[in-house]
Amino acid sequence: MSTAILPPRPPATSGPVGRMTNGGGDGALGSSVAQTGVWIGIGTIAMSFAALTSALVVRQSGAPDWHHLQLPALLYVNTLVLLGSSVTLEWARRRQAPLALHLTIALGVMFVVGQILAWRQLIAQQQSLASGPSSAFFYVFTALHAMHVLGGVAGLTYVERRMTAGGVPPGTYKAAALYWHFMAVLWLYLLLLLTIRA
Amino acid sequence: MTHTTAHPPAHAQRQSFLRKHVFSVDHKVIGRQYLDLALVAVVTGMVLSWLMRFHLGWPDTPVPLLGKLAPTGAAGGVMTPEYYLELMTMHGTIMVFFVLTTAPFAGFGNYFLPIHVGAEDMAFPRINMMSFWVTLLAFLVLVAAFFVGDGPPLSGWTAYAPLSAVGKDAGPGQGSGQTLWAISIGIFCIAQLLGSLNFIATTLDLRTKGMSLARLPYATWAWFVTAVIALVAFAVLLPACILLILDRVAGTSFFIPGGLVISDRLQPHMGGSPLLWQHLFWFFGHPEVYVAILPGFGIISQILPVFARKPLLGPRVFIACLVAIAFLSYTVWGHHMFLSGMNPFSATLFSVPTLVITIPAAIITLLWIGTVYGARLRLTSASLFALGFVSVFVSGGISGFFLAQPSTDIYLHGTYFVVAHFHFVMGVAAMFGIFAGTYFWFPKMFGRMMSETLGKWHFWLTFIGVYCIFMPMHYLGLAGNVRRYSAFTDDYLQPLIPLHRFITIAALFTGAVQLIFLFNLIRSRLRGPKAADNPWEATTLEWSTSSPPPHDNFGGRRPTVAYGPNEYGVAGPAGRDYVMQAAAQ
Amino acid sequence: MGRLFAVVVTVIALVSAAIFALHVWWLPPDISAHGSRIDRQLNETMVTAGILFVAAQLALGLFVWRFDVRDGMPPRAVKTFPGGVTPLVVLAILFVGIEILVLTFVGSKVWASVYQTPAPAEALQIEVEAEQFAFYFRYAGPDGKFGTMHPDLMNDATQNFFGLDPANDTTARDDIVVGTLVIPVNQPIDLRLHAKDVNHSFYVPELRIQQDFVPGMVIPLHFTATQTGKYELVCTQLCGLGHYNMRAYIEVKTPADFAQWLKAQAATS
Ligand code: HEM
Ligand SMILES: [Cu+2]
Ligand SMILES: [Cu+2]
Repeated sequence: MSTAILPPRPPATSGPVGRMTNGGGDGALGSSVAQTGVWIGIGTIAMSFAALTSALVVRQSGAPDWHHLQLPALLYVNTLVLLGSSVTLEWARRRQAPLALHLTIALGVMFVVGQILAWRQLIAQQQSLASGPSSAFFYVFTALHAMHVLGGVAGLTYVERRMTAGGVPPGTYKAAALYWHFMAVLWLYLLLLLTIRA
Repeated sequence: MTHTTAHPPAHAQRQSFLRKHVFSVDHKVIGRQYLDLALVAVVTGMVLSWLMRFHLGWPDTPVPLLGKLAPTGAAGGVMTPEYYLELMTMHGTIMVFFVLTTAPFAGFGNYFLPIHVGAEDMAFPRINMMSFWVTLLAFLVLVAAFFVGDGPPLSGWTAYAPLSAVGKDAGPGQGSGQTLWAISIGIFCIAQLLGSLNFIATTLDLRTKGMSLARLPYATWAWFVTAVIALVAFAVLLPACILLILDRVAGTSFFIPGGLVISDRLQPHMGGSPLLWQHLFWFFGHPEVYVAILPGFGIISQILPVFARKPLLGPRVFIACLVAIAFLSYTVWGHHMFLSGMNPFSATLFSVPTLVITIPAAIITLLWIGTVYGARLRLTSASLFALGFVSVFVSGGISGFFLAQPSTDIYLHGTYFVVAHFHFVMGVAAMFGIFAGTYFWFPKMFGRMMSETLGKWHFWLTFIGVYCIFMPMHYLGLAGNVRRYSAFTDDYLQPLIPLHRFITIAALFTGAVQLIFLFNLIRSRLRGPKAADNPWEATTLEWSTSSPPPHDNFGGRRPTVAYGPNEYGVAGPAGRDYVMQAAAQ
Repeated sequence: MGRLFAVVVTVIALVSAAIFALHVWWLPPDISAHGSRIDRQLNETMVTAGILFVAAQLALGLFVWRFDVRDGMPPRAVKTFPGGVTPLVVLAILFVGIEILVLTFVGSKVWASVYQTPAPAEALQIEVEAEQFAFYFRYAGPDGKFGTMHPDLMNDATQNFFGLDPANDTTARDDIVVGTLVIPVNQPIDLRLHAKDVNHSFYVPELRIQQDFVPGMVIPLHFTATQTGKYELVCTQLCGLGHYNMRAYIEVKTPADFAQWLKAQAATS
């Protein structure tokens, strides 16, 4: 039976050291924190859309009422707009071109407006939320995605404001860009899913 | 990207009252706000459970005042069957979401996780503040359901479709109250996603010098793992709630099949899948029970060594088990659905991981018991609740064996056996974790000690009380007593009514005992003796700073960490038997 | 205080376990062909889980008694657990692991015999329809064929619980619809569960059987009753305000009595 007081261990000054940032408070955050946050956010959003995808698969299997939905052609134009905004954002970041950042934000807003127009086209064809499962999923997916895009627009606007106010930490800028590109990737995935399934 | 602007450390500024106490971005204020919310919620939930229990014991006896409070639900003080079920739904929802998720995880986690890692605040303080206010909004939306004309929701905390989805035709409690329920839970998901994001980013990125992952205190390990679980779980419940709301208000048919005839009306729906809701709900639901209990694991593992004056046995094994539980928790949701009509071949598939999860759970229990062995045990209110936690967790975990096997679940599913199981393991155990944490951390949070005498009375009466309430529920379940019944009119249930009365008396008694705790909280807050910085002789960083900690936690100097959290029973400096994590400055 | 804890925990553990062991409250006698295997599984789980429960509680109580520091005790050093953490981990993995293997191996067979095998060919087919807040049962009648169900014809006021259309559907004309489940003893029964509105569940404690009704699905369920008598069928899935009151009786009759009953029903319908 092991008795006795354990000997004190030496202070492990050589041990692994946690990553240092300048702490929370209200200070400007270190670059890695903003990016960590965005990566976690991306994981969460991906999980939500994965759940919806599995809901779609379950709902479609064995349902007698699944009709194929003819996607409005406008969606492809919107796709180009969103992809274009990713390009202009990279351009803005690499070349330090504020104009390209404005353009990115404008393209982002244009994308959302385009999506709204696409909904109106569908509604004109009597394809509403309640008219069938494929259109229901279409509206749910596109609306949730558009809301997330608007979140990205807000983020970029914040970066833009900070930039005119005297500079934005590169980490924050990078984090915002990461999120924005994820929106494009997510949209491509959704488009593919909706084309195949709906 | 919600981001903070560059200001000098906030403690240097004078802040308005509102900014400091209400819309504060200080994680400590937010943590306290979460705990206050949980306190309001738990009192509400407990009062509801009294009303329910009283009705089950004495269904025809009027409750004074109740008739006035709920003229339709309980005219003359005697509640209707639908009102019973509505109270039951509110009780379950409030307890699971607004008590067991907010207090041990969001509340204590917010207050102590940043201090434990040596940070001045959370990674995203504004998002953190938002997460609290969004949670409060969710709570208010839920409580509003009490006051809507067509009554609170009535579908249980699991809200199975199509009952929860078809609307008013399905009877009382299926009108706007149920819609509010779905909206409230959806909002709650958003809040917890924001909160979890902060927990993870803070633990990963804001650790102070020397705070390696291996040196994280166990409670913080548990909060971190819990945050990861919560992130995935709430990310699934949120879209599920959105689909449910659409089914209710927009005429979609995600969960409602065709050909339903309700109240003699053919429903205008088509093709939806009720089982889809169950899958989505339990994919969230099982991980959610770990969101409720794992913070308790961490709190107990942090408290036991302090009062045993010896290190936690097998700290690395403990962390490995936490992580194993987190992974396994996503593979077991179907154990709630053995008899739901899903493919019976998948039952074994879900049963095996469910049983396997008992291995890490059993190991952790043995670690706690092994930690007590050879201790120099100091029995305080905090350590008594920690030891009580071990006892009730064992009692609750054991009954899991019966429910995890499809063959025995055939008989026990849908009975009080399940109620006994999840109340022990998630209700009582998680509550004991909250109590232990409160007695332990109160001096740090408020700079005053709680009364030990009152604390011990509170422990003994509660400990005995919860066994008197929940142990007999196993017997009811074995006798085939069905759950979610507002009265027992079946012939074979009549002989069980005396046992129900015993449970009711025990529940009213144990509920009254909680007034001791409430009184202790308030009195100690106002005139408890001043607390020293480290009254329990503990090692973690919160005990290196003042009680209560200053605005930036460490008074401008972030600590450097030189030791793990587990240095008890050693020959420390100045004749102490412990070494603090922060290196001497 | 440590002694008090030990005493309280021990009393709680022993009293709780004794009430289980003495069957003060217990399952009603089993009247089904498959139930004895469920009962055996339950008993085996009860014994092993009971041992784990009592052992863990007593160990906790014992250690608290033994290692509590009382006033005036001389200071003593702390001890680590003999052998450290490894034996505990090995013990847990081995003991619980074996338990899991055994329980799964035996239990999954029991489960399979009820839920994964189709009903035998000679089984008596009965349709069950659950609605807020009642069960109805339908026998095919002399022609041996069930009439088709039409949801749009379902109506409680006209007592057309199954939505039958006897005017146009000849197979529906002789269907027997009743509010009590009457079955012959020792003959396999093959139920088809339909839900008209929301989820319900079919639970007969004596028959050791439980299964949800799900709207939009037809769920098969089969069993054999081995004793005559009158039993209660109750709903175990929250279905609305009348959930607590949703039940029906099951009458298990001798084959002769059953045949007579069926004939009488056919004559009246
Ligand atoms: C670790 C902490 C645990 C918590 C917080 C917990 C919580 C819960 C809750 C809330 C339910 C709800 C049932 C309902 O509403 O119908 C439940 C059911 C269940 N639990 Fe646990 N549980 C835990 C541990 C376990 C363990 C260790 C096992 C397995 C051995 C287990 C197996 C089950 C099963 C199979 C059910 C489904 C029973 C049924 O629906 O018939 N649980 N649990
Ligand atoms: Cu579960
Ligand atoms: Cu029911």
